[in-house]
Amino acid sequence: MSSTGPNSKQAQRKAAMSVLAHSAAADIAGRLAAIALPAHENLREPENGLVMVRGRIGGDGAPFNLGEATVSRAAVRLATGEVGFGYTLGRDAKKAQMIALCDAMVQSVELSGEVEAKVIAPLRAAMNAERSRKAAETAATRVDFYTMVRGEG
Amino acid sequence: MYVAVKGGERAIENAHRLLAHERRGDRDVPEVTLAQISEQLALGVDRVMTEGSLYDRELAALAIKQARGDMIEAIFLARAFRATLPRFGATEPVNTGEMQVRRRISSTFKDVPGGQILGPTFDYTHRLLDPQLAEGFVPEQPTTADASQAATPRVTDILGRDGLIESSPQADSDAVVGDLTREPLSFPADRDLRLQNLARGDEGFLLALGYSTQRGYGRNHPFAGEIRFGEVEVEFFAEDAGFAVPLGSIELTECQMVNQFKGSTTEAPCFTRGYGLAFGQSERKTMSMALVDRALRAGELGEEAAAPAQDEEFVMSHSDNVQSTGFVEHLKLPHYVDFQSELGLLRKLRQEFAEANQAPELREAAE
Repeated sequence: MSSTGPNSKQAQRKAAMSVLAHSAAADIAGRLAAIALPAHENLREPENGLVMVRGRIGGDGAPFNLGEATVSRAAVRLATGEVGFGYTLGRDAKKAQMIALCDAMVQSVELSGEVEAKVIAPLRAAMNAERSRKAAETAATRVDFYTMVRGEG
Repeated sequence: MYVAVKGGERAIENAHRLLAHERRGDRDVPEVTLAQISEQLALGVDRVMTEGSLYDRELAALAIKQARGDMIEAIFLARAFRATLPRFGATEPVNTGEMQVRRRISSTFKDVPGGQILGPTFDYTHRLLDPQLAEGFVPEQPTTADASQAATPRVTDILGRDGLIESSPQADSDAVVGDLTREPLSFPADRDLRLQNLARGDEGFLLALGYSTQRGYGRNHPFAGEIRFGEVEVEFFAEDAGFAVPLGSIELTECQMVNQFKGSTTEAPCFTRGYGLAFGQSERKTMSMALVDRALRAGELGEEAAAPAQDEEFVMSHSDNVQSTGFVEHLKLPHYVDFQSELGLLRKLRQEFAEANQAPELREAAE
């Protein structure tokens, strides 16, 4: 399979969506303000809804319904035809719309480089920095066991 | 004759206005914000999300504020809100093995791969009230250490490799996942429905039932094989996009109880398990859930089922605090007509009783 095949494109879109879904709406808006946005229209008006979150029995068994979560979704079409989809936890429909716009741009041959460099990459760096900070805080609470030697040997 | 009684509208309106005033409390005291509730009363928010069955921190914080801190009222508000939004579908099952672990402990293996990670916990605190916290306390920044890249496999997976613990039940490919928000409960209930019910169930009720199993009412010798808390990625298969799209992460707590073994002439003995999963950092809840999940498997595991925690109809019918409070609290609504009819019957019975007891004296007097 070539690196430009449909699967690698889908993987790239998923990776970008993941970064965007983990980012705050204000941060995405801030990054988008730095680039020239292509002409686009809403294909699906941004809307709020629910998804049922599923777990697995025992962590790795058959699925069960844990409880619902709020989500927002949107779909955007660029004037050049690319259709992007935006999904995110929470009720910020505007965030879903921005994700959809970014997803459409990621699919555009002309725009994907710029959106990756100026929007996704800096947001990914911020997300990774936040994860590293939390991981470092967590690591400090790891127990180091040692053995008490009793008596005079 | 049917007599309709009206009235009370003004009293109700004024009562709600008074409630809003009391909710605000002393107006010289600053109003609490949703961000403050979400950040500083985080475990209360986690409980409302779990039992309200709705993952949304901001809405849970609003519910707590509106309910004046009454958790069951807040859970009721969260449940009612759910009904206002359409459901797009169900997520892909989350993979707790890939959790960004914030806390992870095992009471069964000291040297568990990935280590014992305490995280933010009340464990080992002295439970002494801290006067420093009363006002203006600025905590130190957390200590940091090099984060290991080592995986933190589930303890049950490690035991499972040697066949020492039963494996989790796998789904039939065409099995529909039971959903008690869509179909009414019926018994016997499969384990997927039982876990959904327990996940939404009242923490206090499950805690008491879990405790009862430890005290001998359905004994099954549990060990906390593993408790983990952290962030887990959520994906949703979006029909329009044509693939599973990432939605972001949610915080989850998972508890794997390792319980006494079973075996037979055809199967080697192995540990059995109970499972708990909840939104947010909900450790007591998931531990209780795992104890009760295991107790409810008594029939499946061929154990005598005589204790309350082993009775699925009893447990599942009374675990939901919104249902429970609805039926208990409805007693305060007007029952004037019911009571009048009871009163009429009671007066008649008392009159009959009086007449029956008077009769011998009258007879004696007449003789």
